Amino acid sequence: MKAIVLGGTSGMGRAIAQRLAERGDGVFLLGIGDTELERSAADLKSRHPSRVDVGYAVCDLEKPETFAGALDAADTALSGFDAVIVTAGLFGTQEALEADIEFTRRLVTVNYANTVVFCEHARKRLLERGGGHLTVFSSVAGDRGRKPVAIYGSAKAGLSVYLEALDHKFHAAGLSVLCVKPGFVRTAMTAGLKPPPFAGEPDQVAGDVLRAMDARKPMIYTPGIWALVMLVIRWLPRFVMRKIGF
Amino acid sequence: MGSPANGQSTLSGWGRVPVAGREQLSENLEAATRGAVLCRGLGRSYGDSSLPANADDKVVATRLANRILAFDPESGILRAEAGLCLADLNRLFIPRGYFTPVTPGTKFVTVGGMVASDVHGKNHHQEGCFGAHVQSLRMRLASDDIVTCSETENPDLFYATIGGMGLLGHILEVEFKMHRISSPWIWMESERVGDIDEFITALSNAAPRWPMTVGWIDCLIRGASLGRGILMAGRWATPEEAKAKPPPLTRKKTLPFEFPNWAINPLTVQAFNVAYYWQHMNHRNAGLVGTDPFFYPLDAVLHWNRVYGPRGFTQYQCVLPRAAGPQAVREFMELLTKLGGASPLCVIKDCGPEGKGLLSFPLEGTSIAIDMAISAETQRIVDRLNEFVIAAGGRIYLTKDGFTRPEHFAAMEPRLPQFLAAREKWDPKRRLRSAQSHRLFGDRA
Repeated sequence: MKAIVLGGTSGMGRAIAQRLAERGDGVFLLGIGDTELERSAADLKSRHPSRVDVGYAVCDLEKPETFAGALDAADTALSGFDAVIVTAGLFGTQEALEADIEFTRRLVTVNYANTVVFCEHARKRLLERGGGHLTVFSSVAGDRGRKPVAIYGSAKAGLSVYLEALDHKFHAAGLSVLCVKPGFVRTAMTAGLKPPPFAGEPDQVAGDVLRAMDARKPMIYTPGIWALVMLVIRWLPRFVMRKIGF
Repeated sequence: MGSPANGQSTLSGWGRVPVAGREQLSENLEAATRGAVLCRGLGRSYGDSSLPANADDKVVATRLANRILAFDPESGILRAEAGLCLADLNRLFIPRGYFTPVTPGTKFVTVGGMVASDVHGKNHHQEGCFGAHVQSLRMRLASDDIVTCSETENPDLFYATIGGMGLLGHILEVEFKMHRISSPWIWMESERVGDIDEFITALSNAAPRWPMTVGWIDCLIRGASLGRGILMAGRWATPEEAKAKPPPLTRKKTLPFEFPNWAINPLTVQAFNVAYYWQHMNHRNAGLVGTDPFFYPLDAVLHWNRVYGPRGFTQYQCVLPRAAGPQAVREFMELLTKLGGASPLCVIKDCGPEGKGLLSFPLEGTSIAIDMAISAETQRIVDRLNEFVIAAGGRIYLTKDGFTRPEHFAAMEPRLPQFLAAREKWDPKRRLRSAQSHRLFGDRA
């Protein structure tokens, strides 16, 4: 596999990039912050004895004008890629978002509009060469309208629907679209929150995601327990959702 | 998604005695450690060294800062962020013919923690502690400045940090020298040993011939068989001896629930010890073993600390100097059995010379480690054992400790004034602190 990882310097993206590098796959990092990209590239290079170099380029989900150039740079460095993984995104608690309307605009733009635009760039390039993998991190928060994730969840809901449609539309053309729905995972992004009893670790998620990619699945919940949790949540009647705080 | 912070979360060490506090996870230690009071890795220290003195202290969890920044296959020198887990390092580098110069008895530790505890292992008698193999450290000081230290650059900071329990500054990056290994297999020989005197002789006989030695002791047997157990010695197998395939990756079992408090009691421990001793049917065994069962037998069961139940547990580890003689070890074992410190885990090891870390634990002599379930008696038992250790000229291991009194620690640690002087220089306001430094050095909570 020759994979581009947008968001590969931190959190679950870092764990996925590390696993890819360890099993000998080609990796190209996209993200923000030169130092972080440089340090992560050095790390990936150290994780496999035969690896000569790991490339990186700056690509900011807040700046759609950086998308095409970054993907071209990756294409050249990898001499053709066949997988694009997107873990980058913004997170904010419902309280923080409600208190700051500009933050709300940014988060919804980055997590939905700009992510879709990035995926469209990536999708076209993949289809031109007969398909491949497009793996994008959505969230369990997009499965139902819920009080604690009203704004964040709505953007993820849009993203999930887009990814499902991509899968329907391009599966036959050889594009495997994977919508990843992580539940609570202990990363810097969720550092201010109290973890539930079955919180996951980034490396566990990375393992789940790579297995799902290899099996060409269209959607996974990770850690697996969230499939069960969300099954219940999706079937809860509206009057119950209105009463509970979840 | 979870609910926002409500201030009721707790942190605990491996001994599972919780204190109020919260850790802040971050991949970016340089940013996260600004204004931080304490860093913690994987929380494998038993007592209170990775716990905050005050529930509101900023505690940074380093385990996501796990990048390997440079590795030179020629020299074996590796530089990594402090949160790199030893298990990952092993997984990546054993197949390439490299191994950490020193490993503790669990691989679920971070390299930053290995420096802060100045960990020792089965090869201490030949290789010393982990700190002896550290080339340099990058640290954030209490002043929030970032500095590098090594044998030549800020050496006082360097040696106070090695074994300094994270109190001199936050370790951001560690550079150390990996060892070349001849194969991923260990040639191990083990033998039954009849009593404590025989044990000490066997350990010192094995020391020059074997790079790695350790012993397990039945600490409940009294009388003539006091201190009987099993001595294990190992060396890296040569390519000719080694099997063609690397050791299999065993699937880890998890202890899924907490045992009730009564599960570990003198009777069950006695039964375990007798069974463990006699399962070693032959007087002497020899053969190839993988690195995991050799170095990390307890890691095979994740969360094994749950066997002690909700009351939690502690470990008492001390070293008795060679000068005190084998009779000191015998007397210590007698005192221990008399006090009733029932433990399925009692480990004995002979240590080589003291390292340069100012609070580094080992000194030339015999180290003994015992697990103890926490009870109303624990403080009294630890006090009695500490009094014995002080009289013998030994000391305890801070990484395991949660009960030692400040006056006892001062009495067993002649290097303490030097350590405190280094702290005075690098952190005069004692901004960096832990529950342990609050208990032992009187730092504010």
